[in-house]
Amino acid sequence: MTDLGTSPDAVQFRFRDDEVVDQASVTVDAFVEQSNANAVRIEPGDDARALLPHLDRIALVEVNFPVFGDGRGYSSARLLREAGYTGELRAVGDVAVDQLFNMRRCGFDAFAPDVAMDAADAKAALARWPQVYQATTDDRAMIQELRHG
Amino acid sequence: MYKYDNYDQQMVDTRVAEFRDQAQRRLEGKLSEDQFKPLRLMNGLYLQLHAYMLRVAIPYGTLNGTQMHALADIADKYDRGYGHFTTRQNIQYNWIKLEEAGDLLADLAAVEMHAIQTSGNCIRNISSDHFAGAARDELVDPRPYAELMRQWSSFHPEFMYLPRKFKIAVIAAETDRAAMRLHDIGVQIVKNDAGDIGASFFVGGGMGRTPMIAPMIREFVPLDQLITYAEACLRVYNRYGRRDNKYKARIKILVHELGADEYTRQVEEEFAHMLDQGVEPPLAEIERLRPYFADPAFEDGPKTIDRSDPDFALWVDRNTHAHKHDSYVSAVISLKPVGGIPGDASAEQMHLMADLAKEYSFDELRVMHTQNVVLPHVKIADLHALWTRLEAAGLGAPNLDTIEDIIACPGLDYCSLANARSIPLAQKISERFAESGKTEELGQLKLKISGCINACGHHHAGHIGILGVDKKGVENYQLSLGGSEAEDVSLGKITGRGFDEAGVIDAVETVTDVYLGKREDGERFLDTYRRIGMAPFKEALYD
Repeated sequence: MTDLGTSPDAVQFRFRDDEVVDQASVTVDAFVEQSNANAVRIEPGDDARALLPHLDRIALVEVNFPVFGDGRGYSSARLLREAGYTGELRAVGDVAVDQLFNMRRCGFDAFAPDVAMDAADAKAALARWPQVYQATTDDRAMIQELRHG
Repeated sequence: MYKYDNYDQQMVDTRVAEFRDQAQRRLEGKLSEDQFKPLRLMNGLYLQLHAYMLRVAIPYGTLNGTQMHALADIADKYDRGYGHFTTRQNIQYNWIKLEEAGDLLADLAAVEMHAIQTSGNCIRNISSDHFAGAARDELVDPRPYAELMRQWSSFHPEFMYLPRKFKIAVIAAETDRAAMRLHDIGVQIVKNDAGDIGASFFVGGGMGRTPMIAPMIREFVPLDQLITYAEACLRVYNRYGRRDNKYKARIKILVHELGADEYTRQVEEEFAHMLDQGVEPPLAEIERLRPYFADPAFEDGPKTIDRSDPDFALWVDRNTHAHKHDSYVSAVISLKPVGGIPGDASAEQMHLMADLAKEYSFDELRVMHTQNVVLPHVKIADLHALWTRLEAAGLGAPNLDTIEDIIACPGLDYCSLANARSIPLAQKISERFAESGKTEELGQLKLKISGCINACGHHHAGHIGILGVDKKGVENYQLSLGGSEAEDVSLGKITGRGFDEAGVIDAVETVTDVYLGKREDGERFLDTYRRIGMAPFKEALYD
């Protein structure tokens, strides 16, 4: 986990080693219509599947959480990972320590929270759950599989 | 019944540690109340009118004596010596201090219990048939499937912030004792023509402000695709369920607005995609779960009772249910004493029920959605001894499914959402009918009371339903007739203008008198209502 700082507009945590995309992200509608963009921002009401034909040219997907209680972004993230998207998947907005673990499991690998998280709390939250009951694209084996070897 | 392995125990223990950490961060001011609220809700902790309320999950309503003892100890240690059994087959405590909530959760974890997802906009505790594993009419025991779904739905990474709460019921009999089609997802375990076990899915039922009966969206989901199908149902809801208006956010509104066919089409599309994603637990897991719910060692014995004591005979007739072994019955302990608070039990009574479960029912109990407790496997030969002990403790009311067996929400006495009181009304109605002696004559008559439109008291599904509303600062009660939560599911219809508290009690008596005057042989109140319609009742009430 790399702590990149605490500026409100910036990525605080990033779990990948490649270069950070320097292009500003555009809306899903704008992205689908122009071929040069490589960064896109998904709002809660957007259909993440609209991006699937274009995955090979996307380097960054930002998923916005205007309020943390709107959980549509979790499905958007999983859909993209399930379709094979390997670029950066960044959770942006009202994102806090208590959402980190599940967001990681749904495929997010970068976090740009409105309010910077306490790094120690974040580390503790990410390390908290030793096992899981569900399979996602993060390739952790679910408990129900571990039981049967 | 199910027993945690190290994995399950570790998950629950971790949750306790996580909650302690969250509560600590709240106290340190690192978490705002807005941020803390959904986190405490996902641990069953509500802020109510007078104190915190904590709701404990009793998965599919099944628990053992040790767990019931622990629930009693919690009532003594953290509450005022009482617990309240709910229409979700759970128990809640009404006088909890936030500072002690972590310790309470740790006490629960020590007996393989928890309060995970008993509130919040997530998948709630899975409910089931309270006679599961005992009923003569069931296809299989539904609980291994409910347990499979419990594990899958616990801490689900994608579905913790749904548009609204989400309730699932699993049954495996044609007789529906779990209000299955009034759930967000109702699962009925069935056998297809080839003799394979699978599941029918009903999606989009519910009560509340807009009651709906769930349509069937898939007749047969193979057993090794059960979780994947449920996940597809949830994903479509998470993506497209309304979030602009909390009163339109339940899945029933989505299914209704899209139409069942279009919702089904979207689920099937998602399902086809997900089949490749490896989300299904291995089939071996179901095989692992089944033996936990295997039959205990039943013994042959007497199949009839000595009916010389009429009080005992009445209790047996009223409060027991046919068992798959003919020397046994399931015995219902009524938590509806005349004039009592529906679903309340004292710590002493809980300890007694736990002891009786150990002595007479293979250490097993069930909580019913009607707020009573079941001893699922009682020898017919032991019934008299059991009844004698229950009578002595005030737990022997012979009123299952009668007008005294009222479902009532906590109402304005406890709940911050309520518009009107439910409990005193339930108390007075049961007293009225006990005094007049009409209870027995009326037979099966399900009366359900909600103190507000959220319908926690299931009033839409009552043969007689009562809804408390606030009319310019005065409590007012609307009467409805003709609802049913069973396999003949229907939604009640409002009779007309509402009544004050005394008026609605009279009104209940009036409609029961209409029934007694009009009924034909063998008809329940509900049957008579369905045959003659609303008009005669309305006439008696308002003309």
